[in-house]
Amino acid sequence: MATATGVYHSTYTADLALRHTRSEHARLAIVAIALVILPFLATPYWLTVVNQIGIAAIGAIGLNILVGYTGQISLGQGGFLAVGAYTSGLLVGDLGLPFPLAMVGAVLMTALVGAFFGLPALRLKGLYLAIATLAAQFVIIWVVRNWDVVTGGTAALAVPAGELFGWTVRGDFTWYWIITGCAAVAALAATNLFRTGLGRAFVAIRDQDIAAEVIGVDPLRHKVLAFAISSGFVGLAGALTAHYRLIVTWERFTLEVSILYLAMIIVGGLGSVAGSIYGAAFMILLPAWIQQLGQSVGGTFPALSRNLPAVQQAAFGLVIILFLVFEPRGLARIWQRMKDYIRLWPFRY
Amino acid sequence: MNIFVQLTVTGLTNGAILALAALGFVLIFKSTGVINFAQGEFLLIGAYAVYVGTVAAHWTVGILLGLLVAVVLGVGVERLILRPLVGQPIIAVIMVTIGLGIFLRSVVQIIFGNRPLPFPDFIPGGSVNLLGATVPANRLWGIGLAAVTLAVFTVFFTRSRHGIAMRAVADDQQAALTMGISVRRVFAMAWALAAVSAVIGGMLVANLIGVSGGIIEFGLLVFPVVILGGLDSVPGAMIGGAIVGLLITYTGGYVGGGLQSVVPYVVLVGILLVRPYGLFGQVRIERV
Repeated sequence: MATATGVYHSTYTADLALRHTRSEHARLAIVAIALVILPFLATPYWLTVVNQIGIAAIGAIGLNILVGYTGQISLGQGGFLAVGAYTSGLLVGDLGLPFPLAMVGAVLMTALVGAFFGLPALRLKGLYLAIATLAAQFVIIWVVRNWDVVTGGTAALAVPAGELFGWTVRGDFTWYWIITGCAAVAALAATNLFRTGLGRAFVAIRDQDIAAEVIGVDPLRHKVLAFAISSGFVGLAGALTAHYRLIVTWERFTLEVSILYLAMIIVGGLGSVAGSIYGAAFMILLPAWIQQLGQSVGGTFPALSRNLPAVQQAAFGLVIILFLVFEPRGLARIWQRMKDYIRLWPFRY
Repeated sequence: MNIFVQLTVTGLTNGAILALAALGFVLIFKSTGVINFAQGEFLLIGAYAVYVGTVAAHWTVGILLGLLVAVVLGVGVERLILRPLVGQPIIAVIMVTIGLGIFLRSVVQIIFGNRPLPFPDFIPGGSVNLLGATVPANRLWGIGLAAVTLAVFTVFFTRSRHGIAMRAVADDQQAALTMGISVRRVFAMAWALAAVSAVIGGMLVANLIGVSGGIIEFGLLVFPVVILGGLDSVPGAMIGGAIVGLLITYTGGYVGGGLQSVVPYVVLVGILLVRPYGLFGQVRIERV
């Protein structure tokens, strides 16, 4: 436990540490153990859900770097995911690269495309930028649908199963380790990013761009870099989707997907790596919960189970509204408050 | 020539609807500074409200019901959702209207289902011969109706007390407050009027393509329109609507290949890079 009066640091090393208290280390150990045990206990259905959460978490962390930490709004997430998925799928399918190499290629490619569509950020702020990235979303999906020779157009692109040293990677159990590993690396990388000068520069631009420029942060360079780094994470998520599902279609990367990811980081907490993961889990689990609810009360309320997709969508919209109105800082903030409540109990002030 | 006239009429109809949707958008942005991503859903709800009233009784009842629903919806949204978000970052405001749009769309779908419903035509059908081309009459009526609505709104802003109060708030909230204008009431009125113009727009779309979820498509096209015309300009919304409507139809008619779905957004990016405040918008963009 932390000391009753707070946490104090007497060295710079201690101040820079990712985890300060013994309880934080204990929680990390518990989470790590839970993640190792989970795939042995989970049913195949839940394993698929957990894998989806892992991929979504990577994408959400990427988006949070851009939106939550750098303050640049992007509605083009779906398009960037598509770039990652198609690049990786095509590198394996057409060029026969091994899939880890293809994933690296996808990350670089998406970072490049992201930086290109981030160029309007040099002149635009706030809602103008949001509308410009909306255009990125439409343009990318239009290219995917109409560049038949390369992407297969509106037809689905089949991705060959990943092979590594003659060993075929398939099945939810194997993919669980790959996805969880990637997600852990992504989370660690993002957390560390904001301990470096680059990450601090991003935060400075979000908080006050003019002041940031005055203290020597080049806004042009850092905004494009933020788009590139964020899109790199998103490209990784896209590439994982391609190899995990073995099929890529443009319908998985529509504007709705961009909105879903924005909802994840809002519900989880803007400007919080852990929040991105909570939000990804929440937004993936929400439709699953509603589906189960629909099945269990379907007898009494047949209208509910008949309109299940619409009910899921309505709940999705409602969750966004409720979080923004009542807890704009998301699940990360709620978790923080719960911890504080327990730490300070029974003294409240 | 025939094709050109036909495309022009079609484009102008689409443009008129877009202008009505964009007008609502501009009204909200101008006076409250909120970007409403749920404008397409406002069109949708307006169309369904008019439909229900018309089927149940008469088209006059339908229009009255539509206007009533619009006012209640507009004021309700402003009170319950946007007011708690005053002072929040812009991403919160954008996302709350996106969430609102998704919610409204799904509720409509739960109530009315997915199938498009035929809109009872109260606008005369048939076709008219215009410059040697055959043009459906209901499209001409649509253009006329939209033009009248836009004219009424313009007169409202320039002549009536409330319209001038709204322009005062849009210009400078604090100065308006010291002049005794209730900013809260103006905000509520902006949302209500936006919903009203969306009802008229929704009615026109429904008359052309039937009552269905497809109406929402017009909501997203509002962005190219308002960026082109200027985010805070009422005449800009009208001219932008006409230009984008014509652009889409000409591209679809002469080039084709699905290019018409992406051309408005390409224009949008071009405008944003060259002239971010649009054709008629107030130059207020901050450069970094």
